[in-house]
Amino acid sequence: MSLPARYLDPIGRNIIRFLRTAQGLIAFTLITLGVALTKFNASAGVIHPLVRSQIYRAGLRLLPMISFLACALGLMIIGQMVALLTRVGAQNLAGTVMVTVVVRELGPLAAALVVLARVGAGYVIELGTARAQGEVEALEALCIDPVHYLVLPRMLGLALAIFSLTVYFIITTLVSGYLFAFLQDVPLLPGDYFKQLAMALTWQDFALLALKTCSFGMVIAVVSCYQGLAQPLRLEDVSRATSRAVVQSVVACVFLDALFILVYLTM
Amino acid sequence: MNADSPAAEPPAAASATAVIELIEATVVAGGAGQTVLVEGIDCRIAAGEYWVIGGPPGSGKSSLLATMAGLCRPSKGTLRLFGRDTASFDDGEFLAARLRIGLVFENGGRVFNQLTVRENIALPLRYHQEQRPAATEERVKEILEATNLGPLADRLPGQITHPWRQRVGLARALALHPEVLLLDNPLAGLGPQDSRWWTGFLARLSAGQDVMGRRSATVVIATHDLRPWSRKGKQFALLKEGCWLPVGGQTELAGSDEPLLRELLAAESGVTPAVAS
Repeated sequence: MSLPARYLDPIGRNIIRFLRTAQGLIAFTLITLGVALTKFNASAGVIHPLVRSQIYRAGLRLLPMISFLACALGLMIIGQMVALLTRVGAQNLAGTVMVTVVVRELGPLAAALVVLARVGAGYVIELGTARAQGEVEALEALCIDPVHYLVLPRMLGLALAIFSLTVYFIITTLVSGYLFAFLQDVPLLPGDYFKQLAMALTWQDFALLALKTCSFGMVIAVVSCYQGLAQPLRLEDVSRATSRAVVQSVVACVFLDALFILVYLTM
Repeated sequence: MNADSPAAEPPAAASATAVIELIEATVVAGGAGQTVLVEGIDCRIAAGEYWVIGGPPGSGKSSLLATMAGLCRPSKGTLRLFGRDTASFDDGEFLAARLRIGLVFENGGRVFNQLTVRENIALPLRYHQEQRPAATEERVKEILEATNLGPLADRLPGQITHPWRQRVGLARALALHPEVLLLDNPLAGLGPQDSRWWTGFLARLSAGQDVMGRRSATVVIATHDLRPWSRKGKQFALLKEGCWLPVGGQTELAGSDEPLLRELLAAESGVTPAVAS
């Protein structure tokens, strides 16, 4: 094999693999959205409790972890930043900086990454094992749509959970950050601090926050479920599928985040 | 002897409606359309019949049952369910037809490991019927009693042994009152006592049992060991080297000199796997 061909061959293979994965993910997403639209209220007695249990699993159960992370980030980053801005006489910018850093970027990404690590990876293992043990065929034999029963509750649950966790994360981070600054005797009154925050926030921030966090949740759920379900797995393939899901979810979330930055910049 | 011929069927069943019919059908592995497992299947299973399909491991029994259950379509030929070609069904009609067929998988029945025994049985009822919780609970209780699973109702499948898991698979398949019950190697890995319970229970189902509303269920069993079924089944067929070989009733089974049939009726444990696998 000639030298250029030796390098081009793996590049070409990787491109084809990437395109195939993207094609599979897009098709799987469209199928899931189709099921969500056509069967949202079908078998509500089974599906709605599943959605609630996913919200509990990916939301409520992660509150202690998110609280710890929010306090830590608040103390380490936000508190120091407020102190620094005050020291250079730019305390009027505190609200704008907080909104840009915490509300637009840090909050959604931190919540998404925590949920991906704690729940998304678990989905791949759960679903991959279920698939390997023939439970998906058993669902089909009972005329239960696996996408409706397994994927839809996870997608809705993760979307709502990441949105709620992000809101909680933002509030905790902003409050703990101010507390740290307050302890450092920063001459910024609580009323002024929160007034600045309120002034810096626009309705687009709320709308895009909801859209962004729900998109993160849907992307993580779809990628995890795709890796667990979409292809026949043997038990020994499950760990590799989990790694793939984590990497692809992170890449997809960062890509989505970049798209939202473009939206913010054009506003 | 051809199963379609009147001589192959008991007089009562001859005029009965066909619940499953395969005409010149080809069954492929997993429905993926790659490996052909069985070709030229011509079978007509009438309501209330008790069929036993024998074949060595890998001969395509599981795929044949999956095709009969409507899980995958034959790559060639026709599948008719309850008198209608499945190609003419719309989605709703196909779903309705498939709900009238129950499938019990082999090796522990592929029960849902995250759900308790009770939840496994209740799932199809809750998903398809959305009836009052009390009605679902009543039906689940009825099935638990019929299958002796009552004491294990709140355990997870991982906490019970293989024979009981297999029984959960049966109980789950019975939940929706199926008219046809397809069972894939139901006695695999079971001891003599459990095997006797299964053969007795299926015979009662075929005769019309309380748990099925006293309606006579159509039973189709796929197995690599014909011995436990030789006096229970009413119709027999073989899968041999990718072909469907109808045998006939118990008399024809006893009188046949087909070598594979003798092997399946005599073999203590191992039967030579089919090349197709």
